[in-house]
Amino acid sequence: MVGNKNKVLKLSTAGSVDDGKSTLIGRILYDTHSLTDDKLEAIERSSKQKGYDYLDFSLATDGLVAEREQGITIDVAHIYFSTKNRSYIIADTPGHVEYTRNMVTGTSTSQVSIILIDARKGVIEQTKRHFFINNLLRTKEIVVAVNKMDLIDFSQEKYEAIVEDFKLLISDSEYKEQNITFIPVSALHGDNVVDKSENLSWFKGETMMEHLENIRLEDIQEEAKARFQVQTVIRPKTDEFHDFRGYAGKLKGGELKVGDDVTVLPSGRKSQIKSISFFDQQYLAASKGSSITITLMDDVNVSRGDLIVKSEELPQESKTISAKICWMDNQPLLASSTYFLQHGVKLVKSKIKTIEHKISTDNTGEIEKVSQLNMNDLGLVEIQLAQVLNFDSYNENKGNGAFILIDAKSNTTAGVGFWEVEVAFDK
Amino acid sequence: MNENMNDKVVNNPLEDEAIYIFREVAGQFEKPVILFSGGKDSITLVRLAQKAFYPAKIPFPLLHIDTGHNFPETIEFRDQLVEELGLELHVHYVQDNIDAGNVQEESGKYASRNGLQTDSLLQAIEKHGFDACIGGARRDEEKARAKERVFSVRDDFGQWDEKNQRPEVFDMLNGRIDFGQNVRVFPISNWTELDVWSYIQQEKMEIPSIYFAHKRKVFERDGMIWSAHDEYVFREDNELVMEKIVRFRTVGDMSCTAAVESLAFDIDKVVEEIAASTISERGARIDDKRSEAAMEKRKQQGYF
Ligand SMILES: Nc1nc2c(ncn2[C@@H]2O[C@H](COP(=O)(O)OP(=O)(O)O)[C@@H](O)[C@H]2O)c(=O)[nH]1
Repeated sequence: MVGNKNKVLKLSTAGSVDDGKSTLIGRILYDTHSLTDDKLEAIERSSKQKGYDYLDFSLATDGLVAEREQGITIDVAHIYFSTKNRSYIIADTPGHVEYTRNMVTGTSTSQVSIILIDARKGVIEQTKRHFFINNLLRTKEIVVAVNKMDLIDFSQEKYEAIVEDFKLLISDSEYKEQNITFIPVSALHGDNVVDKSENLSWFKGETMMEHLENIRLEDIQEEAKARFQVQTVIRPKTDEFHDFRGYAGKLKGGELKVGDDVTVLPSGRKSQIKSISFFDQQYLAASKGSSITITLMDDVNVSRGDLIVKSEELPQESKTISAKICWMDNQPLLASSTYFLQHGVKLVKSKIKTIEHKISTDNTGEIEKVSQLNMNDLGLVEIQLAQVLNFDSYNENKGNGAFILIDAKSNTTAGVGFWEVEVAFDK
Repeated sequence: MNENMNDKVVNNPLEDEAIYIFREVAGQFEKPVILFSGGKDSITLVRLAQKAFYPAKIPFPLLHIDTGHNFPETIEFRDQLVEELGLELHVHYVQDNIDAGNVQEESGKYASRNGLQTDSLLQAIEKHGFDACIGGARRDEEKARAKERVFSVRDDFGQWDEKNQRPEVFDMLNGRIDFGQNVRVFPISNWTELDVWSYIQQEKMEIPSIYFAHKRKVFERDGMIWSAHDEYVFREDNELVMEKIVRFRTVGDMSCTAAVESLAFDIDKVVEEIAASTISERGARIDDKRSEAAMEKRKQQGYF
C-alpha cells in the first residue's frame, strides 16, 4: 500500500498434478524472502520428517487437512507476497481434469495466468485445457513456464520443441490479443524463477519474477465502457444531509465524470452526474475499480441492481440471452430447470430454455449435442429471464458480461456464465 | 462533506474491494453485525465500513465476544470508538457462559479462553438473529484461512464445511442462505499484515496503545514473551517477572497473545518493523502452535 503504492497484481496458476505448481509458488516465496522464519521452520521440519534431502516448498501452500492426507490441492488457495515494486496475490488452482470449475474460479479474479508444463511430458491434454480456459476468460497476459528443466539436462533443443508445440495451440485459438511469454525453469532448484540460472545460460529472456515485475498494469487493463451498478442507496436522514440520496457502487470499466449525461437502466430515465465522492471527499472523475458514491441532478428512481451508464454508451437489453456456461455443481444443468441468475449484484429468476451444445475444453472447440451439462462441462445455453437485464458481451466488458447461476434449493453457486452477443438468437 | 474538488479518485484496489464487500452485506442481508475485538483488524473494518456508507452512519451494530482477559487499553479504546461513531455495541461475556456451566474453563500452563469464544458467539448470533457476521480475518494469517471465501456460509451449528464451499467467481458474492444459517464475511481477506499497518498509517487511524512500544512487566516461556498478569495468565514460580520494552502485534486474549521486544514507539516505526519482520503474526499466538491443524479444527467448529 504505502510501501508498494497501492499496486496489486493478481496471478493464477494452472498445471496438472505433479507438474510442480506448489513447488514453484513455494520457490517464489522463498526467493523473494516472503517466507517468515516460522513458516520456513515448519517446511524444514516437515521435509526432514519425510526424509527429503531438499526443501519441499510445496508445503508452503497445501492448506487443508484433507489435502495433506491425499497429498493434492483440491480447491483454490490464495497466497500473498510482495516485492518493493508491488503486492502479488496468487490464486493457486488445481489442475486435474475434473477441476475445471476451480480453474475458472481462480482465473476469473486474476490478471496474469501462469501455465505450467512438465518438461519431460511437454504439451499434454491438460495444457490445452488450461490454455482454452484462459482464452475463454480472455486472460490477456499468459506465462508458460516449462518446469523441471533439470530433468531434461536443461536442453535448449527439447525446450524449443515444447514452445513450438504450444505455438500450434495459439494458432488454433480464436482469441488473439493475448501476450504469451515462455520461460524455462526448475522450480525445485530455483533456476530462472527469481534468479538467473547458469544452467540455462542459452536462454536470453527474463526470469519469471523479472517478467512479472515488468508487466505494466496499463497494458493489461481491458478497454471498456463505464458500467456503474448500484449496490446500495445511501440516505443519511440527518439534518446536515437531509436530502442526500447517493448511489453507492464499484465502477466497472471506463470513467465517469461530473456532468456526464447518464441513463439509469432498466427504467431508461435520463439525468446527469451531479457529484462523485469517495468517503468525505468530492472528485471530478472516477475510473474503473473505484468504490464511489454518486448523486444525480434529477430525482429519478434508482434502486439496488440498477445500472447507470453514459447515455451514448448503452449496453444490450434483453429477456432472452445466449451464454457460455461453465457448470460447477454436482447436480447437472438441465433444460427447463430454473435458477436465480446473479448479474453483478442483481438477482433475477431465470429458466434454461435450451442447451444448444456442449463445447469441448481441449482447445479444439468441438461441439456435441447433449441433454445436460455436468460439473466441469462448458456449454452454450439459451436462458429466459423473468425481467430484462442490461448487459454487454463478455468479450467487450468482463464486469458487465458475466453472471452466476444459483441453485434455488441448495443456494449454491452452480455455474458461471459468459454472455455471447455475437450469436444472438432472435428475440 | 468536503466541498473542495479533487481531480480523480485514486484507486486502492484492496480498499475498493473491501468497501464493495461491505455494500454487498448491506444489500443482501437483513441483520448483519461487525465482530469487533478492539484489535487493529477490526478497527480497520470499522474504518472501511465508515467509508462504504458515508455520509450515513455505519448501518450495522458491533459485537464483542469478551473473554474477560482483555487488555484494559483495548476495552477503553473500544468504548471510545463506539461513542465517537454513534454505534450500537453488543457485548457477550465468556464469563457468563462459564458461570452458567455451559463451557469448561481450561486449566494449566497454556490455559486460554480463546477457544471458549465460539459458544458465546453462536449464542449471540442466535439471540439477535444475525445473518451476517463481518470479521477481520485475513487469508495470509494461516494456511487453512487461505481457502476461506469472502462470503463463508455456516450451518445452524456455526460449522464450516471447507469441502463444500461456494465458488467465488469474479466479484460476485452469493449470500443466499436458508433460515438458521448465517454467513461469515471477510472484507479484508486479501490484505496482508503489512497492508493493514500501512493503511493505519496512511489513514492516520487511532489504535490502542499496546500496539506501540511500552514498558511492561513480563516473563519468558518457550522463547516468547508473556504479560505478567497473574490473574489471567498462568505463570510457574520459576518463570521470573521482569520489565521489558515491548509491543503487541495482535491483541487477542491476554493468555494467548505474546509480546515482542520493540522500540517502535509510533506507527511509522511499526510499519518499518513489520516490513522487515521475519516472524509471522500468528507465530506470536500460542493457540495455533498446539497443532498444525489447530486452526482448521477450530474453524470447522464455528470459530471466527
Ligand atoms: N526435479 C525436479 N522436480 C520438481 C521440480 N518442480 C517440482 N518437482 C517435484 O515434482 C513433484 C510434484 O511437485 P508439486 O509442486 O507438489 O506439484 P503440484 O501437484 O503441481 O503442486 C514433487 O516431488 C517436486 O519435488 C523441478 O523443477 N525439478
